[in-house]
This record gives sequence, structure tokens and C-alpha cells, in this order.
Amino acid sequence: MAPEMHTDKVYEAELSQLRDRLLVMGGKVEAAIAGSVRALTERDPALAEKVIAGDRDVNRAEVEIDDMCRRLLALRQPAASDLRFITTALKIVTDLERMGDLAVNVAERALDLSHSPPSRPFHDLTELADLSAMQLAKALDAFVERDVKKAEEVIADDDRLDTLYHRLFNDLLAYMMEDSRVIRRATSTMFAAKQLERFGDHATNVAEMVVYMVRGTDVRHPGSRGG
Amino acid sequence: MHTSTNSVSTSPPHEPRNRGSEGATTSSRINVPTRASTEDATEKIRIQNLSLFYGKAQALFDLSMSIPRNRVTAFIGPSGCGKSTLLRCINRMNDLIAGVRITGQLHVDETDVLDPHLDVIALRKHIGMVFQKSNPFPKSIYENVAYGLRIAGVNDKKILDEVVERSLRRAAIWDEAKDRLDQSALGLSGGQQQRLSIARAIAVDPEVILMDEPCSALDPIATAKIEELIAELSSTYTIVIVTHNMQQAARTSHLTAFFYLGKLIEFDSTVTIFTNPKVQQTEDYVTGRFG
Repeated sequence: MAPEMHTDKVYEAELSQLRDRLLVMGGKVEAAIAGSVRALTERDPALAEKVIAGDRDVNRAEVEIDDMCRRLLALRQPAASDLRFITTALKIVTDLERMGDLAVNVAERALDLSHSPPSRPFHDLTELADLSAMQLAKALDAFVERDVKKAEEVIADDDRLDTLYHRLFNDLLAYMMEDSRVIRRATSTMFAAKQLERFGDHATNVAEMVVYMVRGTDVRHPGSRGG
Repeated sequence: MHTSTNSVSTSPPHEPRNRGSEGATTSSRINVPTRASTEDATEKIRIQNLSLFYGKAQALFDLSMSIPRNRVTAFIGPSGCGKSTLLRCINRMNDLIAGVRITGQLHVDETDVLDPHLDVIALRKHIGMVFQKSNPFPKSIYENVAYGLRIAGVNDKKILDEVVERSLRRAAIWDEAKDRLDQSALGLSGGQQQRLSIARAIAVDPEVILMDEPCSALDPIATAKIEELIAELSSTYTIVIVTHNMQQAARTSHLTAFFYLGKLIEFDSTVTIFTNPKVQQTEDYVTGRFG
């Protein structure tokens, strides 16, 4: 956070409470995506069910954090870095909630696939899962440490996720063309992969907001803004 | 065109300059502060390397800034930072304090404000001032507004009536005052008195209005009326406002200057100062991390 403490200690405490809540929520989403991917690769329906049930906590955290942000805006009239922090929190929380939903989607595919015979392993799927989970972890680190460099790495690494996803897509397509009996399974896997790729996009959104929060400059959608 | 007496003659107080927005509806005249609006403004007040000393104690340190025409510029900073002292340099109010010495330059347009030979009374006709405590004269509402014109030798009843009405209208107090113009101004509420002070200031058709904590004694509704008035007046006057209330600076001004210990720390568009200031001290002050 900013180097100086607030003259008003209660306000200071509220801001750090908001940050802690976001991190706890982020931790839940990290656990959800890791769990759903493990449920998928290890064909573990119980774990998938656990991820699906856990989404309620993520949703509740979103509502609570939104409420905290609105109260801070109304009662403290924050300025400068505090204003950027709170508006960033308001945006990040939406991304985190959506990422929780994507983890649920993966878990539902895992549940579905656990009833079918195993597919051949797809190395790129594991890598895609690891990388997208890491992207979120890194974006949250960047948020806590106010580390623009780390946030920019997250933004740059999104290309790797896209590359992995497209390779996996083609791989699965070839797999289906070889053997039409696997179409159902492969489609489920493809759907899960798409969720992981989307998950990475949301991690990029978080990272972009971190750059804004620290520097006050908006790095989203380069070239789409006049002047 | 060295002293302000020249420009006085070009603009007699009873003949207002052409106000471009006169006659427009109130809402369309409200000037919403935006970042872009600070860019096309020309300079009205130029301060260069200005320092001020009370005896041996230095209160202002080498200040330089350019205050744009027809914009609201806010001076903020903790008590004792020099913001009011600088404001009072602009219309030579510090002349009233013994032992004050000022170095550097301060121009309002071409007028060298610090010129010792300057006609200070004429200068103050161009640079009106509104104080923290409203200070109506113990006279009628009408005479309070007409006072500046009478001093300037205007006694034509028709002109006085016109100017009094126009000034009270512009200061958004006409409806409340029109039926009691001959009653004492001291009977008005604090917020009304403050708007009367603004009417009195604009009656002599100044170019610059200085406001020193104009709302600090007012309740939120009276404050909102003054702030709305500031927004409206900013299309035709250059306004400089000193305020302790940072939200007020944020709400009313186009540009904000942050002062600390007699130094100008940062001067930028109000949006920048309140969302992304460049200097850590400004950041600490606007976020409440000071002292």
C-alpha cells in the first residue's frame, strides 16, 4: 500500500480489510480452478462436486466486497491511490466471480467425463490448466505487491495461453476425426479447455487493473481510444 | 498599459462587458469542470518567482504559476501552507499588514500588481473578494450592492437599479431579496449574506473574483448554492478559491494547486490532482495521510 498511514486509523483498517477480503476470495478461486482441473485429469467426481458447492462462497464474497466498496466510496470519498484501489477492487471482484463460474464449468465437464471411459492424455491441457491458474496467482501477487512488472508479465503471457489453447483445439479435432466414438468426450474436453482459456483472459483483466491502480494509466484496449 | 487605471477606463463599472452567455438558461450555463476545459484557456494571472516575508520569516517560497482566464482555480493545503497569503497577494490585501515584503512578479493581464505606484483601489475594482465570514454593511440589501458603484461616482438611479437587479440575479439571490431590497442586509441568513457578498463583488463588474473559504461558515444547502453559483460564474469570471474542504475543491474547480509550508507542491487539472497526483506529498494530502 501507500507508504504513509492514514491519519484516520479506522479508514486505514477498512482499506486493508478490503484488500484481505479480495485476497481470500482470490484464494478460493485459485483453489476452485486447481480442484476442477485435478477432478478432470484424475477423473474424481467427488472433487468436482466439492468445487461446484464451493462456488457459493465465491458468490457471497463478491456481494460482500461490492458492499464494502460502495460504503467506502459513500462514506470516505476516497481520492487518488485510495480511489484507484477501491475502483480496482470493484472491477477485480467481478472478474474473480466469473473465474469461479468458469471453474464450476470445468468441474461439471469433469463430472461428465468421469462417467465415460478415459481419453488419451493431452499434455497441452495440463499445461493450459497450470498456466491459467498461475496467471491468476501472479495477478493477485501483483495486486498485493503493487508490482506493475509482474502485472505486465501476466498480460504478456496471455499469448502463451492462446497458443496452447489453439494447439489443443487442433489436437482434439484430429482425435475426433480419427475416431468418431470419442466425439462426445473430446467435445467436453474442448469445452473445458475453452473455460481455462477464458479464465486466463480474466486474469489478464485483473493484471490490467493492477497497472491502473498503481500507475493511474489505463492499459486496456490499446489503440481503441482516440488521443 | 502599465497600471490598471488604463483598463478601468475601458470598462466603466456601470457598463458590463459583453457577457457571451447572458440570457442563456441557468442549466446550460453551468460549467462542468473537465480536463479538456483547462487546455483552451488563456492566462489571466501570472505569478513568477514570488516570495513573501513577514519581517524575517519567509511565508511564500519562489512561487510560479499561471492561472487561466474564466476558470475556477482552487488553492488547497493544510493551515499555514500559504494559500490565503498568496490569494491576498493578488489584490494586494497584504498591504494592510505591517512588515510584509514581497519579491518576484505578479501580473493580472498586463497589470503589474506589485507595482508600488499602482492604484490599489482601482485594482480591487477589477479583483473582487469574498471572505469566509460574510460581511454585509449595516445598510439595506440594495445599498450593499450599489455601494461599489456609488463609490465610483455612479448615482443615476436607473443604472443603479439595473446593476443591483442584475448582480442579485447573477448571485442567485434575487428571488429571495427582491421584495425586501430596502431592508437591512443583516437580516439575511448566513448563506444569503454570502450570496449578497458575491452580488456586491460582481456589481462593479470585476474580472477576477477571489474567494477565501467562502462556505466554511455555511450549512450544506447554502454551500451547494454557492458552489452552483461558482460554476455558473466561472464562464465569465476568473475565480480563485481557497478552501479547506477538499471535496469542495474537487467539486468546484477546474485546476487545483496544492501548497505546503509556503511552497507550491503541485498544480494540475483538478481531475489529475484527485485521481492521480504526481507528487507524493499531494497524494498523502488528498488521501488523508497527512500529519
